[in-house]
Amino acid sequence: MGILEVKGVGKRFGGLQALSDVNLSVAENSVHAIIGPNGAGKSTLLNCFVGKLIPDTGSVMFNGQSVLGRKPHEINQMGISRVFQTPEIFGDLTVMENVMISCFAHRDGAFRIHPFETVAHEADIIEQAETMLSDVNMLDKREMHAASMSRGDKRRLEMAMCLAQEPKLLLLDEPTAGMARADTNNTIALLKEIKEKRDITMAIIEHDMHVVFSLAERITVLAQGTPLVEDTPENIKGHPKVKEAYLGESV
Amino acid sequence: MKFLGLSAKDTRFLLIVILLTLATPIILQPFPEGSGLATFNAGYPDLMQRFAIFGIFAIGFNILFGLTGYLSFGHAAFLGIGSYTVVWMYKLLDYNVIWGLPLAVVTSGLFALLIGYISLRRSGIYFSILTLAFAQMSYNLAYSVLTPITNGETGLQVYSNDPQVLISEGETSPHFFGIVMNESAKLNLGDWQFTFNNGYYFTAIIAIVVFYISLRIFRSPFGLMLRAIKTNQTRLNYTGINTRPYTLAAFVISGMYAGLAGGLMAAMDPLAGAERMQWTASGEVVLMTILGGAGTLMGPILGAGFIKYFENIFSKINDQVLHGWFEWMPDGLEDFIIGLSHFFVGKSWHLTLGLLFMLVVIFLPGGLVEGGTRIWHAIRRDRKPKGPDPEHHPEHIPHVAEKEEF
Repeated sequence: MGILEVKGVGKRFGGLQALSDVNLSVAENSVHAIIGPNGAGKSTLLNCFVGKLIPDTGSVMFNGQSVLGRKPHEINQMGISRVFQTPEIFGDLTVMENVMISCFAHRDGAFRIHPFETVAHEADIIEQAETMLSDVNMLDKREMHAASMSRGDKRRLEMAMCLAQEPKLLLLDEPTAGMARADTNNTIALLKEIKEKRDITMAIIEHDMHVVFSLAERITVLAQGTPLVEDTPENIKGHPKVKEAYLGESV
Repeated sequence: MKFLGLSAKDTRFLLIVILLTLATPIILQPFPEGSGLATFNAGYPDLMQRFAIFGIFAIGFNILFGLTGYLSFGHAAFLGIGSYTVVWMYKLLDYNVIWGLPLAVVTSGLFALLIGYISLRRSGIYFSILTLAFAQMSYNLAYSVLTPITNGETGLQVYSNDPQVLISEGETSPHFFGIVMNESAKLNLGDWQFTFNNGYYFTAIIAIVVFYISLRIFRSPFGLMLRAIKTNQTRLNYTGINTRPYTLAAFVISGMYAGLAGGLMAAMDPLAGAERMQWTASGEVVLMTILGGAGTLMGPILGAGFIKYFENIFSKINDQVLHGWFEWMPDGLEDFIIGLSHFFVGKSWHLTLGLLFMLVVIFLPGGLVEGGTRIWHAIRRDRKPKGPDPEHHPEHIPHVAEKEEF
């Protein structure tokens, strides 16, 4: 029984069957990649996990509880954090404030009104946020405006924000999209380091085979809204069906 | 020095605000009576009260608009509700404002809860339109259907046959435990005359208290969440925060500020009319906040003061005053200058304000506060290069391309 169990999920947009009968099991503490050509339904599937979309059929169970019909913030509080394709951060706030918000959300839950407490007096939160920032080597940028940073830094900040919540499952939507090779390698190294340091499950949607094969323990190949094959990276590399549908002759 | 849970910097800031507020009757009276520039004196009770009241209104509005970015176009509704509440308490109990003001805060808070709950289902322009619709509905109701409560067109006021069950002998105007609002002490120093009005000091002290509350909100985790809503609501939702109750809380708090301001209007002058709820009043507070600097602590107060000053001072400059200023000029030129001035002063003061507003929005998107900050930095930078600076150690800052990533 995996931490994330997807059974018979289908989703239709008008005349387009984006997902049909998707079955997937992500084992606890594993790194699971979902790959597939453009339009295979990878992002649609991910959006079904986080509450942005509700599938027409099937079930999505996280840690034994259904996530369907729950709002994004409720699902997040259950222990699923998400890294976006384009880093979603609080651009007008400082790096430190960005991470502190995650720490507050983790400690205080979805809503708590505390108009007479002072952020500067929250020693625990500050310490926690500083630890998070030093984990991603950004402590020196703590007072920087988040919007003014490079894309690579924004990505690292977003990861720090997600990790500050101590999620059980981290969803990564093309974490290296649009990055140069050096940045990509750094991101891979960072993700490996994160994985080593804590008990966390990762589900990665990725285009870049280099990223997938250096991180994933299991790979699901999605094509035309349905899983083609699920296996270890070694077996996926040589799989004839996968070659045909997606990888072409390049691998 | 730390004070009331504020940092040293904020304590200094608060003390400056308190000093300025208490010294307003002196600061705003820089020109001697009878001089040509006396027109620009603003230290009379009526106007100073308005500075403080609209300051409160704008401080509250800023908690919603400045922090969360939700632009309400209906806050005048709460202003009206506050005024009606206070006048009703005059009619039922007596002229002591202690009954009406807390109740004004409560009733406007309840209305804000209802209006906010519905309007906050949408964001952006749709939210603005919903709040505008609610405010206009309130205005029209107050004007017509609700006449038994609001006294319609005439406006709500105290009549001699009202119950006033607590009234005592000789009580004829609003007071706070005997401190009568429209009474003033006058001080004559040479040609200068200063007026210290009870009503002004009453509103000023309340303004300081609510400014302190807003300062605390700005520095609190709650305030941080509100600022996060403004920058990226999506990220906040995916960080496990339910944004709706946060925005609703901000809406209710700012509604209560507006109700308090409306109540204070009725505390200075025991009247309440439906026109207080009209959309132009809602628009005014938007202008004040943007002109001063949305999302800054001082901005809304500066904006409120600025607009009220223009409204009351520039509109007073009529032909007679202009003649007084320019009579030394040759006739033709004098007429020309006065003719030109007609576009900017007197009844046309809106044009001056409009031009200023355009200039601020185009060149100082952060409002007057940004202007002040820029001037401050310019002065500081000017001072620095003079003489050797012991703390200045130039460091080589690597170019972006030279930096090693990660």
